[in-house]
Amino acid sequence: MSLHRPKPALPSDDTRWKLVNATMRRNGYADHALIETLHSIQNAFGYLDETALRFVAAALDVPLSKVFGVATFYHLFRLKPKGRHTCVVCTGTACYIKGAGVLVDALRAHHQVEPGETTADGALSVLTARCVGACGLAPAAVVDGEVVGKLAPEALLARLDRLDAAPAPPGLPASSRPRAPA
Amino acid sequence: MHLDDLAEQAATIRARDAETAHEIRVCMAASCQSSGSGQVLDALRAGVEPQSSSCRVKGVGCMGLCSAGPLVAVAAPGDTLNASRLYRDVTPADAPAILDNLGKPDPIERLHCPTDQPFFTAQHRIVLEHSGQIDPDSLDDAIAVGGYSALVHALTELTPGEVIREITTSGLRGRGGGGYPTGLKWSTVAKMPGPQKYIVCNADEGDPGAFMDRAVLESDPHRVIEGMAIAAYAVGASKGYVYVRAEYPLAVERLTNAIRKAKRAGFLGSQIADTQFSFEIELRLGAGAFVCGEETALMASIQGLRGQPRPRPPYPAEAGLWGCPTLINNVETFANIAPIVREGGAWFAALGTEGSKGTKVFALAGTIVNTGLIEVPMGTRLAHIIEVIGGGIPGGGRVKAVQTGGPSGGCIPRAHLDTPVDYDSLKGLGTIMGSGGMIVMDERSSMVDVARYFMEFCMTESCGKCVPCRTGTQQMHALLERIAAAEAGRAELALLEELCEVVQATSLCGLGQTAPNPVLSTLRYFRDEYESRLVD
Amino acid sequence: MPGPASQPKVRVVTFRVDDQDLSAREDETLIEVCREHRIPIPSLCYLEGLSVWGGCRLCMVEIVGQPRLAAACSTRVIEGMEVRTDTERLRRYRRILVELLFAERAHVCSVCVSNGHCELQTLAQRCGVDHMRMPRRPVSYPVDSSHEMFRLDHDRCILCTRCVRVCDEIEGAHTWDVMGRGSDCRVITDMAQPWAESETCTSCGKCVQVCPTGALVKQGTSVGEMVKDQHFLPILARRRQPR
Repeated sequence: MSLHRPKPALPSDDTRWKLVNATMRRNGYADHALIETLHSIQNAFGYLDETALRFVAAALDVPLSKVFGVATFYHLFRLKPKGRHTCVVCTGTACYIKGAGVLVDALRAHHQVEPGETTADGALSVLTARCVGACGLAPAAVVDGEVVGKLAPEALLARLDRLDAAPAPPGLPASSRPRAPA
Repeated sequence: MHLDDLAEQAATIRARDAETAHEIRVCMAASCQSSGSGQVLDALRAGVEPQSSSCRVKGVGCMGLCSAGPLVAVAAPGDTLNASRLYRDVTPADAPAILDNLGKPDPIERLHCPTDQPFFTAQHRIVLEHSGQIDPDSLDDAIAVGGYSALVHALTELTPGEVIREITTSGLRGRGGGGYPTGLKWSTVAKMPGPQKYIVCNADEGDPGAFMDRAVLESDPHRVIEGMAIAAYAVGASKGYVYVRAEYPLAVERLTNAIRKAKRAGFLGSQIADTQFSFEIELRLGAGAFVCGEETALMASIQGLRGQPRPRPPYPAEAGLWGCPTLINNVETFANIAPIVREGGAWFAALGTEGSKGTKVFALAGTIVNTGLIEVPMGTRLAHIIEVIGGGIPGGGRVKAVQTGGPSGGCIPRAHLDTPVDYDSLKGLGTIMGSGGMIVMDERSSMVDVARYFMEFCMTESCGKCVPCRTGTQQMHALLERIAAAEAGRAELALLEELCEVVQATSLCGLGQTAPNPVLSTLRYFRDEYESRLVD
Repeated sequence: MPGPASQPKVRVVTFRVDDQDLSAREDETLIEVCREHRIPIPSLCYLEGLSVWGGCRLCMVEIVGQPRLAAACSTRVIEGMEVRTDTERLRRYRRILVELLFAERAHVCSVCVSNGHCELQTLAQRCGVDHMRMPRRPVSYPVDSSHEMFRLDHDRCILCTRCVRVCDEIEGAHTWDVMGRGSDCRVITDMAQPWAESETCTSCGKCVQVCPTGALVKQGTSVGEMVKDQHFLPILARRRQPR
């Protein structure tokens, strides 16, 4: 007995779904392509919403709870849209020793935002990362995809203030921008 | 393809390169890039005629001295890093001066970074031998310095058994942390029956403060591909995966590019070097989970699952990816393979100490003058690394402790800095070699705070599967918080030590089993710092 | 006369557990053999008929000559091995592991419908846990009473994943899974929505029966009334093996 496994329709005619579909097709719609597919959704849309997770579950024939379990296990995946700007503070050992905590405290005090959250006006998402690999520049942060090193809290806040005036960048921050292998 | 054909190809490339008098190499590894080396490269290129016969500007990999970046080296084609004229803290505005200085007897004084200083001369580079010299995006550059000659040599002149014998003779041990003998691992997988076997390269370098593997992937990706292909031939695998952190976009990009080029040139794919051997490599991206550095968790993640470890045995060599025999080594281990096959296992075994052969790459960070990447023979004394190569503490302060092995390791106090760095000596001191992160701390660092930092790391990185790691790290972290805030007494300290013992003994995987190490090692050497904060 | 049927090549090995000589097939695990011979080995995640999880670490035993402890659920028997299941050290570790579980969530036995029939409670009594030295993790979860027949109380969950495994391996629905990581792990139905809204749950109730604590219970039971019945599991597991 073989049971028919229907292919779900793309959630909308947004062309970005074609990119997502291409990732799954390249992997033969196998269940082990789940993480790769979640990466490609986040690359295309910036985060993983319920529609996307349900679509992946159906397309790869993976149980819903399993998809949700995987999406919430890995800290790089986001289930909510991020702010217009992103600031990732590195909390690797080298940065920690040189004062990453002070940077986080400054953001908390000045922007009323905890790591992992977005400010109420949706302007700024603050994240922490386990080592962005700029240990020589500690303490470092990644602001809208650009690594800035040897930071004092005042310098970081000033840098973020300048962003408010500028338009939002198109991409994701480099530290959280996984690129699917070509 | 015959070995002679490859050698001829390499000679042709070298001869072509030698037509240019000067090579300007700009470090384009992640650290220098974040200091603006991209703009420096652009400025230098803008100042050179596109078809200039006297000067070629190229982006290269890591030169090691990250704290002085952006680094620019001026060299004759084929020169090693140490033979080049090195400039530090270069800005785009310096480009005209550098171009102007080409061919002049004296370097530009204000930018000059002498390569005859111990940071460069005291190293012994095998893994990093071409790092900072070749363009990681150029297959020609890799071939010119002997890339893929070990693979072709192995395929055309050695049997799989002979390859494994060389690796065993070399005494190479896994560079990812555990130090398991590589030859033994290979021969176990080779002996397993079955038509399908896998090679996995663990590039999920997660220790905070460690960036050795990233530098290797960004600087010489073909070296890793070649090592994997040789391993595949030796154990009889036809498919390989590189599991790399998504936090390393540059490494991912260069590796992707290198795999494509190697495939096009016939070093990957079917019937490599006109033999019956076929091998494919695919990339898999991590998604921010430290535990995926553990091999069974890593395999789960490759298979699209939550990255949770499973009990061993069965070991991956027996039942790994999709239940098939799987060989897992880390980036630096694979990067050691080509030189061993090329020069012979005995050559490698002559380096290092009795139980730890060859060299080791370390990432020097923390309160130290020269932060960056170094490679030294196993058995080099810690004091030599810190004081001579690393240049000591800025401002002449004193080293209090050196942390090795990341969250699984421990702190070595100043009194033991005379220890040679090898697997067994470090273990004797209550820490581990780990993957090679080395964080230097001066007198101002609080050891209770360091222990709390690593415990917080383990707590948030615990996968949640087993009780002692999931709940024990959380309780230990709470206790450390209270001790640090001077709110705890002797009973709490005793409970902390008891929890350390239980979590170490009962956890499912290496993450939990080693999570208490930073606490235990700081308690061993700096107990007074804990006791001085107790309230009763 | 027909010849002897071809035997699968499985050897029988002999070994010692707590000074008792035993024999078993070499593909059996220590916990299987010990349960068969009524040698008590505590465990909260292992359940005959489900795959091995290896998460609770309560079944750790000592193997003479081996520096590390071994989990009985995931250790195969070996010829000549000598196992200790009840040393002072193991008893101390088990007591702490149970304490850690109690401190992780808000386990209040006196108001629990599983009071008196709870595997965690029984184990705590056997291990001699009579007070808590650790502070409870200050997190509380809402109760999911949306399902018309069953109720989920995260405060009583020990994340043993028996519900996840029985739903996937025996019922085949895979309604349950675990979300999050570390201490933030939580069992979920489908996309972490209320149980009643699950599209995949068949309301078979197997998850409730295998749950070792009062985390998954029947609606309408009062304190101490919830008795679990797991006898179906080995039977179903056997019948569902491919034949």
